Amino acid sequence: MKYMDEFRDGELAKIVAANIAREADSGHRYNLMEFCGGHTHAISRYGLSDLLPSTVRMIHGPGCPVCVLPIGRIDLAIRLALEHKVILCTYGDCLRVPASDGLSLLKAKARGANVRTVYSTMDALKLAQDHPGKQLVFFAIGFETTTPPTAAILKQAQALGLKNFSVICNHVLTPAAMHAILAGQGGERLDGFVGPAHVSTVIGSQPYEPFASDYGKPVVIAGFEPLDVMQAILMLVRQVNAGRAVVENEFTRAVTREGNKKAQALVNDVFELRDAFEWRGLGTIPLSALKLRPAFAEFDAELRFDLQYHSVPDHKACECGAILRGEKRPQECRIFGTVCTPENPVGSCMVSSEGACAAYYTYGRFKGMAVVAA
Amino acid sequence: MCLAIPARIEQVNGADNAIVNLAGVRKEISLALVEDVVVGDYVIVHVGYALQKLDEDEALRTLALFAEVSELENSSS
Repeated sequence: MKYMDEFRDGELAKIVAANIAREADSGHRYNLMEFCGGHTHAISRYGLSDLLPSTVRMIHGPGCPVCVLPIGRIDLAIRLALEHKVILCTYGDCLRVPASDGLSLLKAKARGANVRTVYSTMDALKLAQDHPGKQLVFFAIGFETTTPPTAAILKQAQALGLKNFSVICNHVLTPAAMHAILAGQGGERLDGFVGPAHVSTVIGSQPYEPFASDYGKPVVIAGFEPLDVMQAILMLVRQVNAGRAVVENEFTRAVTREGNKKAQALVNDVFELRDAFEWRGLGTIPLSALKLRPAFAEFDAELRFDLQYHSVPDHKACECGAILRGEKRPQECRIFGTVCTPENPVGSCMVSSEGACAAYYTYGRFKGMAVVAA
Repeated sequence: MCLAIPARIEQVNGADNAIVNLAGVRKEISLALVEDVVVGDYVIVHVGYALQKLDEDEALRTLALFAEVSELENSSS
């Protein structure tokens, strides 16, 4: 496919890999965080870490919406589906996230809850129109990429005057999470960020500028194809070597400094900042998520069904929190690949294909294992 | 979650609706989040919405960047 195949070319990858090897100073360790799960997935799937010199270490960030969603939020959706008998729609990634009482949305469905997977918010709206006698709730998750489609559908629901459609909003903000990571204990050792691809198509490159100017951390926005990631790593190595910290954009084919103004305006019309939101692993972060504006209150499922959020601790053995903060690697979790697998996930990072644990399990769990003759 | 794929606009139906071609599969998408999209443009499609147009000149420039052998080698050879 155009704009995909050419950005996966193995011969070009060798050139970029050789450039990185040549320019990465052997006396320096480069600790680079790829914020997005999409980048984590590309690094694992294409074996990019094997193309990097040992001095360049990629640390996986929290940019996976399913991974950072705390158990208490999933509980809200499960309760709605089981107790209020609504039709609960969400994106497929959410269904298998373990929640309280050994439940997940999928297991709630097995108990008779009406849980549906949708590809698009438009499908959720259509379902509401097709079932006028039922309340339909869309469980909305995602970073800035996924927020504009939720805003668009809320505008449409308002225009149509739909009375049986509402949304549980779990949309979160990338820059707030980056601030939290830099302010945390692991922030100091980071040398730079591979910045988001599709989030940046919406918000532009400008919101990352404080990370360079205030924290002195270079940011290079990169596409999700393997060559994009490799080139961004090279650009970060160059900035570190030169002692520079600026925002650079490798993904110029889709990202501008200003981003998508039309999408931003729509999001701003429908949503406002929440005072605080709990993230798995990062804790409660002020001004890090969105909620519906008062003008859209009738579409806010948290108000309509008087939902009360309760914080629930993660499974004791699960290291998702430390992994999401970049403090631990998936293999350092003692239940990784044994008790916790994609078929039977204990923590959220094993659920979504963008989760660091799922990516390692799928593409790298045998790496480094000694080969023994049969 | 942020998965999105580049697709070619095959047909524009009214203000906010289009048909794209995703490697041979025709799919209806929304143009509610983008402006000035015409047939032949490539857009990034995410959960049924075009998020942004792709700039072909910039893509070619980036591809050329990948092929650039770093200056360090030039100076040492």
